[in-house]
Amino acid sequence: MLFLFSFLNPGNPVVTGYQPGDKAADFTLKGADGKMYSMSDYKKAKGFIVVFTCNSCPFAVKYEDRVNELAKKYTSQGYILLAINPNDPEVQPADSYDLMKERAAAKGFVFPYLFDEGQKVFPQYGATKTPHVFLLDKKLVVKYIGAIDDNPDASMVNEKYLENAIAALEKKMDPTPATTKAIGCSIKVKK
Amino acid sequence: MNMKFMLRTIQILLLFIAFTHAVSSQSMQVFEKFDDFEKKVLKNNDTTYVINFWATWCKPCVKELPYFESFNQSIGDKKIKVLLVSLDFKNQIKSHLEPFIKKNQYTSEVILLSDNKYNTWLEKVDAEWSGSIPATLLLSGKKKLFAEREFESVEDLSKFVHSFIHSL
Repeated sequence: MLFLFSFLNPGNPVVTGYQPGDKAADFTLKGADGKMYSMSDYKKAKGFIVVFTCNSCPFAVKYEDRVNELAKKYTSQGYILLAINPNDPEVQPADSYDLMKERAAAKGFVFPYLFDEGQKVFPQYGATKTPHVFLLDKKLVVKYIGAIDDNPDASMVNEKYLENAIAALEKKMDPTPATTKAIGCSIKVKK
Repeated sequence: MNMKFMLRTIQILLLFIAFTHAVSSQSMQVFEKFDDFEKKVLKNNDTTYVINFWATWCKPCVKELPYFESFNQSIGDKKIKVLLVSLDFKNQIKSHLEPFIKKNQYTSEVILLSDNKYNTWLEKVDAEWSGSIPATLLLSGKKKLFAEREFESVEDLSKFVHSFIHSL
């Protein structure tokens, strides 16, 4: 199936990564605060909100405040938000670890902002852009993938996809839609 | 009707035509709905459309635009049409998009698509498109070829377009 896909679309990145229902891998990544983070650190978590995001993408920046608010709202409910910067700073200097520290401090991020050292985590997940969200349950099974909501403009949001997905998990149901699409900046890797 | 009156009318008419031509050659079509863009722009079945999705805020998009421009200028064939479809934010047209277009003087047609129901229209472009830009769609009648990647050079783009046309 993957071979056929790459034959029909020469030059496209071969799309791998998780689909809803897959079990996600844990990771150990360094946060902007200097500490190391893994999902296994959170024994009592009901789920995880993994957000691939960065400093440099204006689309991701539009969502920063919303990501912070989501972290504030859902940590107390047991859903741990972890943000991961998947970009290579040699390709995009604005996404360096030092500038992540600055951004986290300047915007008062209440969530761990992790650096994907060696860029190993984002290809496992199949993140293709920033922002790109993966909602996992407490067993790290992927339940929802895609956009946080349906509008880059916070004042014009109609559908809060991620929050609806969390509400479904709370009711022990599968989110619908389980995947949504939105635009974003491609992830920066060396050619 | 005397001569003076007619001349005056013609003069006013010419001024009006010059004015509207000047305005329309600077203005860019803005579509708020993908379906409108599709219906009104992608309407000739015998034209191959080279549709590049980009934004001023997307660095790799901006880097490859000159390749689309060069390609557009090199093709004498009226049956190939390059469209630079910007996904810039609607409230940044005046501040970002227009100055950018003015500075670069593109001969290719630039269109702003401000439909932010992305979850609905992205898959109309291509079912596999995850939403990252730059991305380019080739369309000829019912045949499509989609590339969710940057082009490295004019040659890279030209090869891609010509091999699609040969496969038609």
